[in-house]
Amino acid sequence: MTTTFTLNGAGVTAEVDPDMPLLWVVRDHLGLTGTKFGCGIAACGACTMHVDGVATRTCVLPVSAVEGARVTTIEGVSNGENLSPVQQAWLDHQVPQCGYCQSGMIMAAEALLAENPKPTDDDIDAAITNICRCGTYDRVRAAIHSVAKQKGEAL
Amino acid sequence: MTKQDKPKGGSKVAKWTRRSFLATAGLLGGGLALGLTLSPNRLKMVGAAQASEGALNTWVRITPDNRVTVVFPHSEMGQGAGTGLAQMLAEELEADWDLVEIEQAPVTEDYTNSDLGRGYIVGEGANIPAFMYPMLDFAFLQIAGGVVGQMTGGSTAIRLTGHHGMRRAGAAAREMLVQAAAEEWGVDADSIVARKSMVLHEGSGRSATFGELATKAAEYTPNLKPRLKDSAEYTIVGHSKPRLDLPQKVNGTAQFGMDVRVPGMVFAAIALPPIRDAQATSVDDSAVSGRAGVGRVVNLGDVVAVTAESYWAAKRALDDLQIDWHGGRTNLTSALVRQTHENDLATKEREVMDDAGDVDAAFASGTVVEAEMAVPYLAHATMEPMNCTISVTDDGAEVWVGHQNMMFARNAVAETLGLAPEAVTMHPQYLGGGFGRRGDFDWVTLAARIGGELRQPVKVVWSREMDMTNGLYRPAILARMVGSVEDGRITGLRSHYIDASSGMPDSERPFAFQYDVPTRDIARVKCPSPIPVGTWRAVDFTQMGFFHETLMDEMAQAAGADELAFRLAHTSDPRIRTVLERLGAEADWGKDLPDGTAQGLAMVKSFEAIVAQVVQARIGSDGGVRVEEVTSVVDCGRLINPNAGHAQVTGSVIFGLTSALYGEITLDGGAIQQVNFPDYEMMRLAEAPAQKVVFIESDEAPGGLGEPAVPPVTPALTNAIFRATGTRIRELPIGKHGFHGV
Repeated sequence: MTTTFTLNGAGVTAEVDPDMPLLWVVRDHLGLTGTKFGCGIAACGACTMHVDGVATRTCVLPVSAVEGARVTTIEGVSNGENLSPVQQAWLDHQVPQCGYCQSGMIMAAEALLAENPKPTDDDIDAAITNICRCGTYDRVRAAIHSVAKQKGEAL
Repeated sequence: MTKQDKPKGGSKVAKWTRRSFLATAGLLGGGLALGLTLSPNRLKMVGAAQASEGALNTWVRITPDNRVTVVFPHSEMGQGAGTGLAQMLAEELEADWDLVEIEQAPVTEDYTNSDLGRGYIVGEGANIPAFMYPMLDFAFLQIAGGVVGQMTGGSTAIRLTGHHGMRRAGAAAREMLVQAAAEEWGVDADSIVARKSMVLHEGSGRSATFGELATKAAEYTPNLKPRLKDSAEYTIVGHSKPRLDLPQKVNGTAQFGMDVRVPGMVFAAIALPPIRDAQATSVDDSAVSGRAGVGRVVNLGDVVAVTAESYWAAKRALDDLQIDWHGGRTNLTSALVRQTHENDLATKEREVMDDAGDVDAAFASGTVVEAEMAVPYLAHATMEPMNCTISVTDDGAEVWVGHQNMMFARNAVAETLGLAPEAVTMHPQYLGGGFGRRGDFDWVTLAARIGGELRQPVKVVWSREMDMTNGLYRPAILARMVGSVEDGRITGLRSHYIDASSGMPDSERPFAFQYDVPTRDIARVKCPSPIPVGTWRAVDFTQMGFFHETLMDEMAQAAGADELAFRLAHTSDPRIRTVLERLGAEADWGKDLPDGTAQGLAMVKSFEAIVAQVVQARIGSDGGVRVEEVTSVVDCGRLINPNAGHAQVTGSVIFGLTSALYGEITLDGGAIQQVNFPDYEMMRLAEAPAQKVVFIESDEAPGGLGEPAVPPVTPALTNAIFRATGTRIRELPIGKHGFHGV
């Protein structure tokens, strides 16, 4: 069986079991390991990618479900060497500690800001449900607000 | 947040072996490689020429392109150790921070941090924290007969490697560079200054870069006791330099153990016994036999592994096996553990840990408070489940793993496979969380056994379920606490507790009551846990901190005293007093709050750092507990990187609150009942409180910071719940008393 989709802007065809979750197709077959395995039951968010722009937990998403879709991983967020505003805010606020959950955290934040450029604290509470065992939540929140503020100033 | 400099520089987790490293050092030729050689009886530094001979410890490498590389013998698990250590070295070197890089040291005895401590104790009489002594005696983690590990735990990186090693290596290198310039220019060394990776002679206006001078500088013998800077001159230490490992952690390129890929590698999924100590007597693999992409099935009795060309294929094959598990300790339950603790504490002979005066006489008058307190098993739940990649051949083994004790891990693999330690090459990876879990070896030796059987490179990956149900848990223990107060003073204190042997050395004295009480009876009954236990962030201070600070509040209540004033009345330690007084001001202790909302406070000193916290919580009529604010005041001695320190404190607060609100691992029928996050819940962003962190400015030697903010936050929360509701929390998590997090 093959599944064809767009990964970080490039077309890919994966010859794998259609039931294989997108996470493992991307990590083990396509070799992009920035997206992490945390729980395997979509509870922690470490595996978050964008599927057609929507933050999606991919450890339980069969690859067949993304046939023809546009998939973006953490590797596809920056524009070459240039970090995205969210990634830059993550550095400015020194958000990561161990860093393992942060790919998923950044992908969740990117999706939130794309949909809602000026999220309130309540919006952030509702959208960012990823687990960070190091407890970086205060900086995640501050970084998201700072991106929103920059966007506001740029308008 | 603290103001920061722009992120610069870079880092990498080194992938070279000892051999390639030494070859590199030799090839540099035109650079200065400086190590600190420490042996039990002497201390010296060596230059590049001797680098292949001596036991090298703390390293700095200066190359002709003027870059400075700091090689550090610790693991990076989120605490920023590499950056902090580089700051300490670069400060004394007078390096330009923008030209500094870090590398994790290769795993050889040459870099062990305990040798460093030993060298200074014997050679210099330095004041090493008590916590270190057992490690110096090779007793830490109870590894008999082994050499010391490249240990990352007990907050030792900054306290020991940095304070005693990195600073001196940097200062000695600076002196050598200055000497090189002095001879080159024919001027007095005293007339030369080093600044921003340059050496300058103001009289003649001459200057040279460190890189230009490094080759010549390498010819000198390093000064054993170089001049160290006065802290008032610091421009790097004490400043919030951006962590050098973070650029890779925002773009997905940081390589964790889970991300390793080596040629010819297969993935293995594993099943561990569902019941403690059960054995797999037979495995029926007919359902997966011949399945495309599936490799071998290995049954080692206490583990069954299946290999495949992806982890998912291996996991699915594993799920399709029919494994017959037999035996196991099916009678094991949490109730049994508790009953054993109760019985042992009541009937077994106690070992006195600290006593003074006649406690029974003290308890004969005044108001006596008695309380039985209990804390549960806790899992580490690192975000990255346990994993280890290994390649075993006839000649030796290569291991790719993120571990807190790389040297011990190497030796454990060697022992498991019957190899000489030198035949095992370790490739350090980033750790997706450690918290003590990655200081143990069970998952590494398990991978070694599987790899030894397969003789093919294999990445052994634990599912979250295996990770959670086969941890090395923070022990569940029980304590009987008694205190008496009279005229506002504590007159007697008794703490009888179960010691379930977490592995923490007694010398760190977690059991010691941290206030001035003249009459004490502190004693334990050793009762080893029936399930494996280990070091969990801040180790035994998490249990003792809860017991002591709960009793402290109960005694304040009995005395009719304010909780903060009561603590101040019972400590003469000037540093603790300063922290408590500052906390009162910063948290506005005693401020008016709405009904159902209250503050609680606690203080615990651990790993040479004092942390006092006020938690403000709102408790709903349904028992829902909302942690609104946490104020932490910290005296950790000299602060190396305020921003990174702030992160450690705020993260520790979340870690501690998570355990207080939700943390409990239970046993039934010999099985761990919590298998994944829904059963073992984590605090999420929406629940995270507002946080304020204040550091006391200090010139004292640096203490730990990765752990000390964990222990006090739990009793601070439960003391707040008491003040809001009148319900005293004596067992954790708070669900035991009908409360829950919201």
